[in-house]
Amino acid sequence: MKTCKDISGLLSESMDRPLTWQERWAVRMHLLMCRHCSRFQQQVHFLHKAAERYYPNKR
Amino acid sequence: MDKNQLNDHRTILLRYALLQLHDEAVAEDAVQETLLAALQTGNSFRSKSALRTWLIGILKHKIADHYRAAERHYSLGEPAGGHEEDPNAALEQLIFDGKGRWIGSPGAWNNPDHALEQDEFWVLFEWCQKNLSEQHARAFMLREMVGLETEEICLDMAISHSACRVYLHRARLGLRECLEQRWFNEKREL
Repeated sequence: MKTCKDISGLLSESMDRPLTWQERWAVRMHLLMCRHCSRFQQQVHFLHKAAERYYPNKR
Repeated sequence: MDKNQLNDHRTILLRYALLQLHDEAVAEDAVQETLLAALQTGNSFRSKSALRTWLIGILKHKIADHYRAAERHYSLGEPAGGHEEDPNAALEQLIFDGKGRWIGSPGAWNNPDHALEQDEFWVLFEWCQKNLSEQHARAFMLREMVGLETEEICLDMAISHSACRVYLHRARLGLRECLEQRWFNEKREL
């Protein structure tokens, strides 16, 4: 059984590499019952979005 | 190698240069010099990523040249020698208990997209980044702002793949925590 600590690590890694199907399954099952990790997932996506905008229009 | 191949990498190179030079014109110069130098050699590369690694190598030299010319201390680019001791290893103990449960569990953020439109948010975003350990901040910036792949970050920082993964995760945990406390909680103060 994976903990929030494990799942948050996988959520973070999912921003850097594709997760394996086993990992995706573990994450999905966990997120079904864990509000905190669900929020963490949204927030990690937000960090990504914010960082992308940090250097606006630099082309 | 032709100009189009090089242009694919221009954005990433420019962001990389900006990260260290903090001045758009200077960064742009360094990138142009890098691309020119690359065009002048007839090298060819098996893959796009091999080319990028090579280009970043040249760019690093250009950046170092700039700092030498400016007689300023050059502290960022080169790693101190590949040691992997992590100054913020204790961070996770503040965030998770012994059973791996959240201690300060992530709160609900009210309208985060709205924050992106506000100048004060960006001041805080920078401030929170500076509050991370230098290694964590660098890994995060190389990944999320510059857009490098993790393999490239490992190479750039001379750290192992697992250290890289840990740095990125801790940077995100730290940034998240900071933004939540300083922005998304009702009490907003710097």
